[in-house]
Amino acid sequence: MAEISVSRRSMLAGGIAAIAAPALPGTGLAQPGLGRALPREFNLAIEHVTLNITGRPRPAIAINRQVPGPVLKFREGEEVLINVANRLREETSIHWHGLILPSGQDGVPGISDGFQGIAAGQTHQYRFPLVQSGTYWYHSHSGTQEQAGFYGPLIIEPTRPDPFGYDRDYIIQLSDWTDENPHRVIQNLKRDPGYYNYNKRTAASLAAELARAPNAAAREAIIRDRMMWGQMRMDPTDIEDVTGYTFLVNGRTPQQNFTAVYRPGETVRLRFINSGAMSHFDVRIPGLEMTVVQAHGNNVQPVTIDEFRIAPAETFDVLVRPTNARQFQILAESMGRQGFASASIATQEGLPMLALPPHRERPLLTMADMGGDYGPKGLDRGTLRPETDRPGQIAPMDMGSMGGMDHSGMTGGGAGGGMQGMDHSNMPGMNHGTSAPSVGRGRGSMAPSSAPAVDHSNMPGMDHSTMPGMGRRSSLASDPGFRLASASLPTASVPGAGGFTLVQARQGQGSMQGMDHSNMPGMDHSNMPGMGQQTAPSRPQGRQNQQPAPRRDQRSAAPAAQDHSAMGHGAPGTGQVGQVDMSAANAHAGHGGMAPPDPFAVNTGAPPGTRVLTYRHLKALSNPYPVREPNRIIEVRLTGNMERYFWAINGNRFSEAQPIVLTLGERVRMRFINETMMSHPMHLHGVWMQPQVGNGAQNPLLHTVSVRPGSTLDVDVEADAEGGWAFHCHMLMHMETGMMRKVEIRRQPRVASAG
Amino acid sequence: MVVEQAPVRLSSASLLPVLTLLGALWAVDAGAQQAASQNAAHDPGAHAASSHELYYGAVLFEKLEWGVGLDGSPNVARWDGQAWYGTDYDKIWLKTQGEVERGRRAENAEVQLLYSHLIGYYWDFQAGIRYDPRPRPDRTYGVIGIQGLAPGLFEVDLQGFVSERGDVSARLELSYDIYVTQRLVLQPNAEINVALQKVPELGVGSGFNDIEAGLRLRYEFTREVAPYIGVNYTRRFADTARYARRENERVASVEFLTGVRLYF
Repeated sequence: MAEISVSRRSMLAGGIAAIAAPALPGTGLAQPGLGRALPREFNLAIEHVTLNITGRPRPAIAINRQVPGPVLKFREGEEVLINVANRLREETSIHWHGLILPSGQDGVPGISDGFQGIAAGQTHQYRFPLVQSGTYWYHSHSGTQEQAGFYGPLIIEPTRPDPFGYDRDYIIQLSDWTDENPHRVIQNLKRDPGYYNYNKRTAASLAAELARAPNAAAREAIIRDRMMWGQMRMDPTDIEDVTGYTFLVNGRTPQQNFTAVYRPGETVRLRFINSGAMSHFDVRIPGLEMTVVQAHGNNVQPVTIDEFRIAPAETFDVLVRPTNARQFQILAESMGRQGFASASIATQEGLPMLALPPHRERPLLTMADMGGDYGPKGLDRGTLRPETDRPGQIAPMDMGSMGGMDHSGMTGGGAGGGMQGMDHSNMPGMNHGTSAPSVGRGRGSMAPSSAPAVDHSNMPGMDHSTMPGMGRRSSLASDPGFRLASASLPTASVPGAGGFTLVQARQGQGSMQGMDHSNMPGMDHSNMPGMGQQTAPSRPQGRQNQQPAPRRDQRSAAPAAQDHSAMGHGAPGTGQVGQVDMSAANAHAGHGGMAPPDPFAVNTGAPPGTRVLTYRHLKALSNPYPVREPNRIIEVRLTGNMERYFWAINGNRFSEAQPIVLTLGERVRMRFINETMMSHPMHLHGVWMQPQVGNGAQNPLLHTVSVRPGSTLDVDVEADAEGGWAFHCHMLMHMETGMMRKVEIRRQPRVASAG
Repeated sequence: MVVEQAPVRLSSASLLPVLTLLGALWAVDAGAQQAASQNAAHDPGAHAASSHELYYGAVLFEKLEWGVGLDGSPNVARWDGQAWYGTDYDKIWLKTQGEVERGRRAENAEVQLLYSHLIGYYWDFQAGIRYDPRPRPDRTYGVIGIQGLAPGLFEVDLQGFVSERGDVSARLELSYDIYVTQRLVLQPNAEINVALQKVPELGVGSGFNDIEAGLRLRYEFTREVAPYIGVNYTRRFADTARYARRENERVASVEFLTGVRLYF
């Protein structure tokens, strides 16, 4: 078997340059127990240390005097005892990220059953069996300690060998280090949400854009776009909340160049773990393709790619096969392009780092990222009492300038129904058939379709435009029939959809008969161009192309050629749309014609032809759960206030929120609706999440699901673990400022008949 | 730092209450920060998995400046600051502003202590008291207002006042940050005062009293410290102007400004 050759080295040298006391080799390493029958015992000591990453010694938190903490190497099937000595001057905790274990051992103070944290000076013993294998990690679940260095890798060896071979095994643990006190970081964000953004749109950049613009129309579009963002009081350059980071691989800076050693011809397993508190990374290894074999600890059908994006808390295991002897560079570029984490793959240790490439263009948020069609609202929220948004948690969208507004239903109690209708109508490019002529504003008749699985023309009552959208919310919420209808869609993948399967448009037409269209979660027509139809050949294009894009998109006459940004901008297309009260510009500005972005599109800014991993590529090799429909849909709207910097779920911060209650044994569908302009990697403790990517029984099992801005994403959860579980965004500052819930899975034999 | 500068510049005993308040606030904030920075791990959020409200505060001096009068206008020292502390929804808010003319008796200063509550995505509702130690006679007011960010990214502070004598007045402050580059910021701002009744002893007429418009160009060395230059124009109207003339003050004045914006 391969061994984790990185462990000792990274532990001892990993970035701790200025520790007062000498490191104690071996204390935290996986020590063989006394006998097979006894649980193996591990000792972890949590301490304040001084860490020098940037040249300034700064306070940090270390585990066994190491940052990252020692590699915990467990074996599937064994039981472990872990003694955690808290030598801090404050409370702490350790959460074993991704592990399936009893709630009481999960390590979230105040949420895990009976666990209130480890008080200063105390030692707490964790004890749990390991029922899984793969790559995981562990970190503090108290305050912002994780940002201060309190994280480490956790590897569980499988009882049966993994279904793929490799010769070398390395952990690539990515993280973000700041010299600032993490608490201060939150304070800075609270008083100025743009505090860390030094890539704002400026007068200078406006002048440059205008100078580059080819004609008056383009200039006008640029000005209009600026005014629109100003009008909305949002910032399209707000990609990363926090900057000033130094990005690390196994605790090492790019200059310290962590090196994975190989001999030509060997297969190297790289276990990527994103332990960044606030950073997404776009990962690539120029010169090598990567075969993803495991995602979030679960083996997947191998898929070969060139790049992937890894959200905080995610893990991906990849295999690489360098055939010749040279130095390769593992590049993990932060999503906001503020820096790289980098490491090397080389035939020997100690080589200097290769020069870092120039940064790719910074992405910009688009109107699409504001979302638009969030689908039906007011579903079951899983809470015991009804829950309403607190004021100040949902961005107002009722500006007069947003012309499409009156259609959109986004004001106040607006509901999805009306927006659904809009979507169909405003998307000439989304005609489900080949090149159906103008659909106009959805006056009922849809063009005949050539795509059998989504042949909406056969559906009775498809008058989208007349749908009573506004104000439907409450009626939906209280309509049990709706739940039934939406929950009983048969699962089937769309033929020909290939790697671009619709997440939600899986229903066969039979089941759609007589269904109120507004209720159909699957009727996400925005995704249509990606349906593998010849008329929509292209995958979403680079976000960087979108800056002056709105105008261009609107004028792109060929509906078929729309790229993703065009969809996002409402794809008003050729002006057929403008026949009523919506000028093209209005359609762009408003949400009326706007489609939600593809929840799975990943745009790393890679050149065309690059294979970029998306959740759709992930096919679980084994799925322990039966294929069945969820018995209800729980709406999880990701909300928050960007201006005051607090975050929430369903319009309530953690401090004011009720738990979401699930019944043991039931299968629920969490419908994530991201109403903010940031990505949120949502992590549910204790149970697996199965995003409905369209792979049926092979939908991947993930512990963290990244939800793009403005998108809607369905995730099924089998509630098979009793107890209290944390459920939160894994952006640390988002969690800390409120984007968190308790999920309670309760035994209720009388009710638990859904399965 | 702010507090130490202020008395030197303004050197007026009448400002003592203001400065005391500011000083206390500063000390609280500095103390908290010091405690926090003693070790990176100290974290009030470390308790009970964030089942808590987080308390944060900030101190902002938008204006801390010296104006050189142009065209015969008097030189003037001016400050305008605010500080707050509390949760996302509920805060204690302290505001102060004032100015001192060199070589003149005319000076004004005010301090407000407000409770602030978030009522919408961009807006705080605020209510509390205002005390003006200058001009004489000193006055106390009840304050009600909203503060926030209007469409177009305008910072807005709209306040209504009722004095202890029952006089009603209002003030609107607007400002806008134009980022010329990532660190160079041009900030136009305007302040308009209106009053329902005339209050001759304070030099306040009824109707539009005065307007103040400024243009400041700051360079953000950090977000915390940003020195600036600028111009400020003040103009009094109607009765207010008449009262000013009677006091031998100017109706309109223009100054060239140098100052520093502080934000902690």
